[in-house]
Amino acid sequence: MIRTPLRPLARILDARAKGENPDAIERENLRQRHEEMRDAARQKAEGRLLMLGLAFLVGFGAVGFRMGVLASTEPAEPKTAPSGIAIVAQRADITDREGRILATNLVTHALYAQPKQMIDPVGAAQKLALIFPDLDAEKLKKDFTGAKKFLWIKKKISPEQMQLVHEIGDPGLLFGPREMRLYPNGPLAAHILGGSTFGREGVASAEVIGTAGVEKTYDGWLRDPANGGAPLQLSIDLSVQSTVEEVLYGGMKLMNAKGATAILMDVKTGEVVALASLPDFDPNTRPAPLTKGQAADSPLFNRAVQGVYELGSTFKLFAVAQALDLGLVTPDTMVDTKSPMVWGKYRIHDFHNYGAQLPVMDVIVKSSNVGTAHIAGLIGPERQQQFLESLGFFEPTAIELVEGPTGKPQRPKKWSEISMLTISYGHGISASPLHLASAYASIVNGGTRVIPTILKTDKVQQGARVVSEETSAIARTMLRQVVVRGTASFGDVPGYSVAGKTGTADKPTPQGGYYKDKVIATFASFFPSYDPKYVLIVTLDEPVETSGDEPRRTAGWTSVPVAAEIIRRIAPLLGLRPEVEPGTEAAVTLVNN
Amino acid sequence: MRMVFMILSATALVALGFWAYRENYQTQAELSDVRALQEEIGELRESLSVLNAEWAYLNRPDRLRELADLNFERLGLLPLEPEQFGEVAQIIYPSAETPALLSITNSVETVATLEQTP
Repeated sequence: MIRTPLRPLARILDARAKGENPDAIERENLRQRHEEMRDAARQKAEGRLLMLGLAFLVGFGAVGFRMGVLASTEPAEPKTAPSGIAIVAQRADITDREGRILATNLVTHALYAQPKQMIDPVGAAQKLALIFPDLDAEKLKKDFTGAKKFLWIKKKISPEQMQLVHEIGDPGLLFGPREMRLYPNGPLAAHILGGSTFGREGVASAEVIGTAGVEKTYDGWLRDPANGGAPLQLSIDLSVQSTVEEVLYGGMKLMNAKGATAILMDVKTGEVVALASLPDFDPNTRPAPLTKGQAADSPLFNRAVQGVYELGSTFKLFAVAQALDLGLVTPDTMVDTKSPMVWGKYRIHDFHNYGAQLPVMDVIVKSSNVGTAHIAGLIGPERQQQFLESLGFFEPTAIELVEGPTGKPQRPKKWSEISMLTISYGHGISASPLHLASAYASIVNGGTRVIPTILKTDKVQQGARVVSEETSAIARTMLRQVVVRGTASFGDVPGYSVAGKTGTADKPTPQGGYYKDKVIATFASFFPSYDPKYVLIVTLDEPVETSGDEPRRTAGWTSVPVAAEIIRRIAPLLGLRPEVEPGTEAAVTLVNN
Repeated sequence: MRMVFMILSATALVALGFWAYRENYQTQAELSDVRALQEEIGELRESLSVLNAEWAYLNRPDRLRELADLNFERLGLLPLEPEQFGEVAQIIYPSAETPALLSITNSVETVATLEQTP
């Protein structure tokens, strides 16, 4: 570039000749030069801005394009990643505490039809009706030849049936893959597992959703892929559950009962090891709920959790334990047991007459209503309510079954003096057998509240204290005496030191009175008595034992032998070794000579 | 010199192209292998779950009880009883230091009659 001189000689001389100021020329040239420099700088800067803008455009464009691509493409499984978690089914398995399968999935097929693609609709309808006897050939024919474009024929078919349908060879009959929920043990633990059904259905797959029991409670968890297909482990022990159901069924038949329930619960962790309710059902083919009659008569009804009953004399323990804990009585305090006890217009009777007075220990051992009512009188309604509330008798149990909240205890609206007296021996308040199991466990385990759970846990519950250690120890001794020399003498199992309390409650009639010949017989037991490990509740609905001259209905003759047989069978399965009871036998008596 | 450099470069280019081509195809072959393997793993897992279900079905307590009853003559299986628990001390173990039998030397033969005790 040729630089323009600031003072071109020709113009300077010319200006001087004309008498003008030559400096003006220089200034003018300088100004022009500056303008040129400024223009060049601006152009350069504009170019840079353009480049920068382009760079940003390309950068953001690339990001935006990539996002668009990611959003619009189908997700693909990474091809080179090592195969990590193994999710094979859309719903996780359910296992027992040892990992044995209680519920799993099986791949099967659903059969559907597209009549428009059918070659021989009439023939296909007839052949299908031969394969599936429950289908109606006429109805199928109508569907296939009508205006329908699509219809489901069967939701689940076996491989053999699928082969037979293949052999029909009609292109309008099609199969969709299905995952089917399978309960390999049949009716075992049916009330715990509940059942499942298909939710939204498509040709390629169908949702499996839980309808009851843990299947429904943990529906979201079981279907959550984030768990990586880990099974849901329950606290149930398959072999123990099976034995309990077997013995309970035999006992129910032997005692001519119409229903029965048994709960085996760990007294420290609150784990329910077995929970049976008879009659039961097969969750693979879960029956429809009853449309008429009482829901409690349906096999779907879980007597252990949903059934609330007046549990009778098993409640006496609570009155006595509270009185002991408050220091109102000792096991040797003599209590008035003169029958009948008259309270206003009410009269309280005992099963037998036990004389004028009994020590508190024998009130429990012989199960005196009058004696317990007198003890409750010492406690008073307020404190009785508080105590029963602390044992969980005012709320549904917190067990993780979807039916749990329906087992809401029933108690009098107004807790009057007479309510207090009758509730002390288990009438006027209704609770589920699971409530009873939880309350007994809370009292005998050393006195801390235990909340039942159906999930496996090793954690010993540190619940709120309900009674002191000493009261708990006295309660254990008393309940052991009930079996040794009291109403539950059939309950003794050599080596396992069973302790417990019987309860026989008349069933209420729908009209409001009580049946004379229908009872709920309950045995609330635990073993071993000196170091309780498990609580077992056995309840029979309307049992009657007819081996004697007259029918016997009391729990001592009905529930207790059944519970004893259950304990004899399951204690070895639970790994409990028979032991000689410490204490009494080894005592040394001082003798004078 | 320049010519030699050009020839060498061209040769290197061809060699690298050939190498890249082979690597590419090898990778694709490996990927399809992995895909096939993963499909196989998936199928095997599915059949494993079917087998597990079958195992659980065949080992359901009801069936085992029935089988034990049916084959009672051969197996003699009964429910576990409390009496079947034992102590470790009840088991007779062979003693660890049984002294080796001494060899008999200088044996003397004797004759004796058994006296009848009244």
